[in-house]
Amino acid sequence: MKFDWSAIGDFLPTFWKGVLVTLQALALGSLIAFALGLVWALAQRSSLKAVRWPVTVVTEFVRNTPLLVQLFFLFYVMPEWGLTLSALATGVIGLGLHYSTYTAEVYRAGIDGVPAGQWEAAVALSLSRRRTWTAVILPQAIRRVVPALGNYVIAMLKDSPMLFAIGVLEMLGEARQFSSQTFQTIEPYTLVGVAFLAIAYPASLLLRALERRLVR
Amino acid sequence: MSDITWGLWELLLKGVWITVQLTVYSAALAAVVAFGIGLARTHRRWIVRFLSGAYFEVFRGTSALILMFWMFFVLPMGFGWQLAPMWAAVLTLGLTYGAYGSEVVRGAIAAVPAGQREAGIALSFSPAQQLRKVVLPQAWPGMVPPFNNLLIELLKGTALVSILGVGDIAFGASLVRNATAQSAPVYTIILVMYFVLAFALTRGMRAVERHAKAGVGQAPAERSRLRLRSATGPAVTGTAARAEGEAR
Repeated sequence: MKFDWSAIGDFLPTFWKGVLVTLQALALGSLIAFALGLVWALAQRSSLKAVRWPVTVVTEFVRNTPLLVQLFFLFYVMPEWGLTLSALATGVIGLGLHYSTYTAEVYRAGIDGVPAGQWEAAVALSLSRRRTWTAVILPQAIRRVVPALGNYVIAMLKDSPMLFAIGVLEMLGEARQFSSQTFQTIEPYTLVGVAFLAIAYPASLLLRALERRLVR
Repeated sequence: MSDITWGLWELLLKGVWITVQLTVYSAALAAVVAFGIGLARTHRRWIVRFLSGAYFEVFRGTSALILMFWMFFVLPMGFGWQLAPMWAAVLTLGLTYGAYGSEVVRGAIAAVPAGQREAGIALSFSPAQQLRKVVLPQAWPGMVPPFNNLLIELLKGTALVSILGVGDIAFGASLVRNATAQSAPVYTIILVMYFVLAFALTRGMRAVERHAKAGVGQAPAERSRLRLRSATGPAVTGTAARAEGEAR
């Protein structure tokens, strides 16, 4: 195998652009996943069957079908319904929506893990429903699940190359473009692969450290 | 939906067959890798633990799609090994999900009480006998639900091959989309197809779980009828998954 280091040098400028887009998609996707996941988790605890049921069915459906197909669905079908978004925005929504169904389960586990005594204490103090959630339950629930949420951020990072399939020029997209222009394939794909490791491995170490601090 | 002719349906159904094949072959490879690497990670020698741990971290750290591109484009150029697209895909998916599975195997083996292994030693079982007759039968029921999750993640992962031109369901859908100039019907149909496949897999794995639990005298787990599975994704590390499990 001939590994041409000069190709790496040629690829670097566009590579950094790709890294930036990947991180952008990851940050925005995570925000959507964290927010929407909490909405799903709370809706699934609703006393109304008409809320609980559809939310459970929708989240189950989204979680058990491929993100790639969901991305295509959003990318091709939303414009047919008159909503045209950029590829990146579509990708961010797809990523966030898909992973919100996972974070919903994480929140659910966290909420279920809050001891019953905390609920009773909130009732004893005659806190309102809203105060019970915002001041008693959620702070304790979310603290416990931060590492698990972090794991899904890493999972999202690893799924972000799929955005390239709808035309987002993130790391893989840039590598593909570079290799089709220069016919150098080995170097860009290897660099992108190493870049994922270089981000994901330290991030997982960080999470393990965080887990030791937060989950006790 | 009437725009999708019989010929186009046939295309989609052929895609289903390819997806099923991909899932079965990759799952078989992943199972071999999961047990191989998972057992190696509990080995006495540190070098074996280190190498298998490195394998786990590398394959867990990279993206399956990047790895697939690497197998498709770098392997032929760099080493002169041209794999058929289908097999390159199976290799990628098997190695990646095998790495995730190794964590399941390692965790389940670690969860078997030490006294069981000691009893095996006291009965002067060889290490292989301890593993086969004492440890694995007790670890196995605990592995089945996480394996079910991984299997569904693997099924979802097979859609990646469509990017590289393997004619699976997602690839068939792109052809149908081009032919009918409509996206909503075909993508809705294939999402349902994937869901049905995931549902069938879950049902199968539940039967396996019941059988495995009956083998060690446990009752099957209670589950909500609406839920297909617990949501533990592939990236979740053992400790976090356990914390999540405890919280649940």
